[in-house]
Amino acid sequence: MPELMFEIKRIQRFLGLRTDPANAYLIVILAVLIGAFTLILPGQFFRGANLQSMAFQVPELGVLAIAMMIPLLSGGINLTIIAAANMSGILMAFILTQFIPEGASGGGPVMVIAAALSAGLAVSLLIGLLNGWIIAYVGVSPILATLGTMMLIQGLNVVITKGYVISGFPEPVLFIGNGLIFGVPAPLLIFAACVGLAALILRRTPFGIAIYMMGSNEKATLFSGIDTRKVILKIYALSGLLCGVAAMIMISRFNSAKAGYASSYLLVTILAAVLGGVDPFGGFGKMMGLVLALLILQVVSSGLNLIGISAHLTLTLWGSILIFILFINQVREWFAVRKRH
Amino acid sequence: MKVKTATLLKHNEFYLFLVIFILGFLLTIFTEDFFSFENLFDVFLSYSFLGIMAMGLMVVLISGGIDISFTATATVSQYLMAVFIIEHGSGWGAAFIIPIFIGVVLGAVNALLVYYLRVHSIIITIATLNIFYGLLIFFTRGKWIYNFPEWFSEGFTLFEVSTADGTTYSLSFAIIALLTVIALTGFLLNHTSIGRQIYAMGGNPDAARRMGFHMLRLHLCVYCYMGVLAAIAGLVQAQMVQTVAPNSIVGRELDVVAAVVLGGASLVGGAGTLLGTILGVTLIAVMENGLTLLGVSAYWHKVIIGLIFIISVSMTAYNRKLKEKQYARIDV
Repeated sequence: MPELMFEIKRIQRFLGLRTDPANAYLIVILAVLIGAFTLILPGQFFRGANLQSMAFQVPELGVLAIAMMIPLLSGGINLTIIAAANMSGILMAFILTQFIPEGASGGGPVMVIAAALSAGLAVSLLIGLLNGWIIAYVGVSPILATLGTMMLIQGLNVVITKGYVISGFPEPVLFIGNGLIFGVPAPLLIFAACVGLAALILRRTPFGIAIYMMGSNEKATLFSGIDTRKVILKIYALSGLLCGVAAMIMISRFNSAKAGYASSYLLVTILAAVLGGVDPFGGFGKMMGLVLALLILQVVSSGLNLIGISAHLTLTLWGSILIFILFINQVREWFAVRKRH
Repeated sequence: MKVKTATLLKHNEFYLFLVIFILGFLLTIFTEDFFSFENLFDVFLSYSFLGIMAMGLMVVLISGGIDISFTATATVSQYLMAVFIIEHGSGWGAAFIIPIFIGVVLGAVNALLVYYLRVHSIIITIATLNIFYGLLIFFTRGKWIYNFPEWFSEGFTLFEVSTADGTTYSLSFAIIALLTVIALTGFLLNHTSIGRQIYAMGGNPDAARRMGFHMLRLHLCVYCYMGVLAAIAGLVQAQMVQTVAPNSIVGRELDVVAAVVLGGASLVGGAGTLLGTILGVTLIAVMENGLTLLGVSAYWHKVIIGLIFIISVSMTAYNRKLKEKQYARIDV
């Protein structure tokens, strides 16, 4: 099917998803890791069930990582993502459990589900807009602004739920996180859509170009005639909205919502972005890099889980890998500078 | 000493003091227990370890960085200290030296990473927080420690005062430690060359480098100082509650960040005062205590701290913006 391959390549090129040389070493790492785990865990790692469970696990982290990557590209950071995703999930769960009677079917629940999901997405968008407004129009630094809203939202989440778990959702909601469409996990399709859309925005729209420009030099971007404040507002709104999408997948997979879910993901999303080649100071980084980084992290996490390593040690490992990547980046920069002289 | 009203109005500390004063006034009217010696003393005591950590964090913020791994440092050092003194039964010397040593080592790790990797310290310290804490939980399996030796449980006190109803108040270990740390931090920042260099580094790192300041040494000073104070806070907290639980301090890092930022320390560096930080911690302490006395569920504490934090940083940023606008003249 040469035509199909050609079409895929064309779409990839259009979205900027083509693998460039910078991603080559990520592919090598990925291949080495898959090979290593296949050898260490014969018949356990490289088999259908494990691959499928990995495909179900990547999306929720992946969507959150995109939500982290976009502000990072602009030279900012969004520390609110986990709190925002939890609040969005809690609101969805609250509406779903309050307004759907047990065993109901037909048109009623569908309307409630639609209302719940859109309310959740709306609240995450609002949190994003709040962040963007404080950063762009009030002038607070992204770290402080998103730290403040993170405290606020986390606090509100605990107040709303009183620390309890809200659980028990109707079948269609569970399908979002657990269903298969033509053998492909539904959350994976949502993730792919988010990746495609984000890549499209970053590569092919003036807004996307402005994000990269701001990450390189915010003042120059302003002087080149771009309303940087509006761009910042949009960046954090988009980041917030993605948290809502992640929330949808998250509550569906867990069949519950709670104030403290996914709290360790803040580190992992930064790790994924930096591993994927996003410059923590902004301006550089591609979607394909992030996707490869997410795959690497998922392979490592599944592999270690199969070997039976404790989750706390995995946390230590994530931190160490992040430090290691930053170290490698620094070493490469030293060599680059030396070569120039 | 005559202080002009105009200069007073410019100071962040003045407004903080005003807010605390009004808050205290309202709480005195609306609750019976707030303005009593017992209550205020208890608040002072129970927030002492947060105050100690806030002093360290202030120094880091002044230098232009941020550290959120200090709760992990505090936990790791108090845990290892507890294990050591229970197994070897040594005295106060070990109880001090072990945590301080660990604080210096973990602080140095942060300093070297921030200095050499040239990435914003929040990213580095989010990573080290997870590394330190993950290792601790992995090796200890999250076990709590209770059975401290007697000399440690008793602590040491100065100036005991007994009230009529028989309760005694004294300058306990926690309070002595807090006062010492405040004095030490004040001395370091205002009366030593290193302290002034830390302000300079935060104000303009490039200028500081060109002045010939030893940046690595300054980083080491700042983050090791933070580490040591975190370790002392861990020791104080362990002595106070007589328990070491791996999850009792980790998670409170944002309260401390909020207190220090409320106190006027800027994340950009170069700004921050001792008095401001003390007032910031006081505000958080009085507010949490007040809410508890008013019968508001503890769930609300974080919400209100978050709200105050956002308002405070917004006001600071907005004022700076106005000031910049005032000076901006477009010359054509």
